[in-house]
Amino acid sequence: MKNLLYFLIFPGFLFTAICGLVASWVDRKLTARLQWRVGPPWYQPFIDILKLLGKETIVPKGASKLTFLSAPLVSLASVTLVSTIVWMVDLNPSKSFVGDIIVVIYLLTIPSIGLMIGGFASRNPLASLGASREMKLILSYELPFLLAIIVPIIKTSGAIRIGELLTYQLGNGLIVKNLSGMIAFFVVIFVLQAKLSLAPFDIPEAETELMSGPIVEYSGAPLAIIKLTKAMMLFTLPIFLIVMFLGGISTDGINIVWGISKYIGLLALVSIIKNTNPRLRVDQALKFFWGPLTVLAIIAVVLACMGL
Amino acid sequence: MNLKLKALLKSPWVFHVATGSCNNCDIEIIDCLTPRYDIERFGMVLAGSIRHADILLCTGIVTKQCAPRLKRAYEQAPKPVIVVAIGACACSQGIFKDSYTATVPMDQVVPVDVYIPGCPPKPEAIIAGVTKVIEKIRKSS
Ligand code: SF4
Repeated sequence: MKNLLYFLIFPGFLFTAICGLVASWVDRKLTARLQWRVGPPWYQPFIDILKLLGKETIVPKGASKLTFLSAPLVSLASVTLVSTIVWMVDLNPSKSFVGDIIVVIYLLTIPSIGLMIGGFASRNPLASLGASREMKLILSYELPFLLAIIVPIIKTSGAIRIGELLTYQLGNGLIVKNLSGMIAFFVVIFVLQAKLSLAPFDIPEAETELMSGPIVEYSGAPLAIIKLTKAMMLFTLPIFLIVMFLGGISTDGINIVWGISKYIGLLALVSIIKNTNPRLRVDQALKFFWGPLTVLAIIAVVLACMGL
Repeated sequence: MNLKLKALLKSPWVFHVATGSCNNCDIEIIDCLTPRYDIERFGMVLAGSIRHADILLCTGIVTKQCAPRLKRAYEQAPKPVIVVAIGACACSQGIFKDSYTATVPMDQVVPVDVYIPGCPPKPEAIIAGVTKVIEKIRKSS
């Protein structure tokens, strides 16, 4: 019962949804300001979700109805679970269980996979094309991401519990202060961009060529769920990286301001990268991730093994 | 007024349907997204897919090629949806009235909610038209 409450309200669904929507407003406003516009009011993402819930839901003819409608729910459930795990551990490191880093890494790919399945199920050529690009993108960024995530694990001599990582960083300083941690964090920022499918890696959604890719056939409530999932990812993923590399967000007293400013800083960085870069082709993205970034990540792993 | 409609009027996503325009009206629509006019202030964004649209901005005379496609685009949009006819062509076929490709005026193909005349209409006129139809729906409900 209590666990259900954690999952649904705090720090699970409700909390993440509200924070995620506010974060997506920050992103939109920042984008608008960077383009010298005024931008939407702060409640805009909430209104968008409300509106989409009230619209008609269309299932395209010949699409697999069950798969088409349940794929967004799978994504939403997994991102909620990630947020719950990460926040529970962040608030109380002793709640961590063995291997939760691995669980979180697996769950973080599921939103993209859900999107892909939904795209393929919708029986739209543009959606299938977007979904196949999404698949290629997942293949390209997972390798440097995993290598970079290994660095903090090596630094804490094999801790695969997020709680241990947090307590280690409390005693020995942040992971990112080491040379290897710094390189790994640099790699992870690009992966973050790709995982959130923002420019320069918004290849699956390329609205100029694919008209929003896998989600092209979604309308009404399922689209609202997809938008919500994206907003929640925008909140959860940076928090996970903050926990891994920047010592988490502590909630006692004035420290919370420092914690929030870490998140806002990361969000602003993501938004600025998104606004100052053109979109890459999928083969360029693959080359970028498997070439320079993987080499950098391997260097970081070697440095971490040497204790730097 | 119910919450659903209120939310719809606060976040209308626009979709652009060109049915044989001379491309000038389309450029004026794109102008609305520029920093000078910035329709995102009203919560409007340009939707990539017709399934995400709340407002259809239609331009051009409805040519023989485009008439069935316009009808299909309207049917594909999730309801409720508002149709805006932009430009003299869309309102009354304009200077192409006697063209061999012209069929019927747009409002005989799809139900048009607001007409914005002009060849092409200014971006201000487009924004004013869209906000007027929003006002109208708000008052009538
Ligand atoms: S109304 Fe004028 S500007 Fe617009 S499409 Fe027709 S001819 Fe072109």
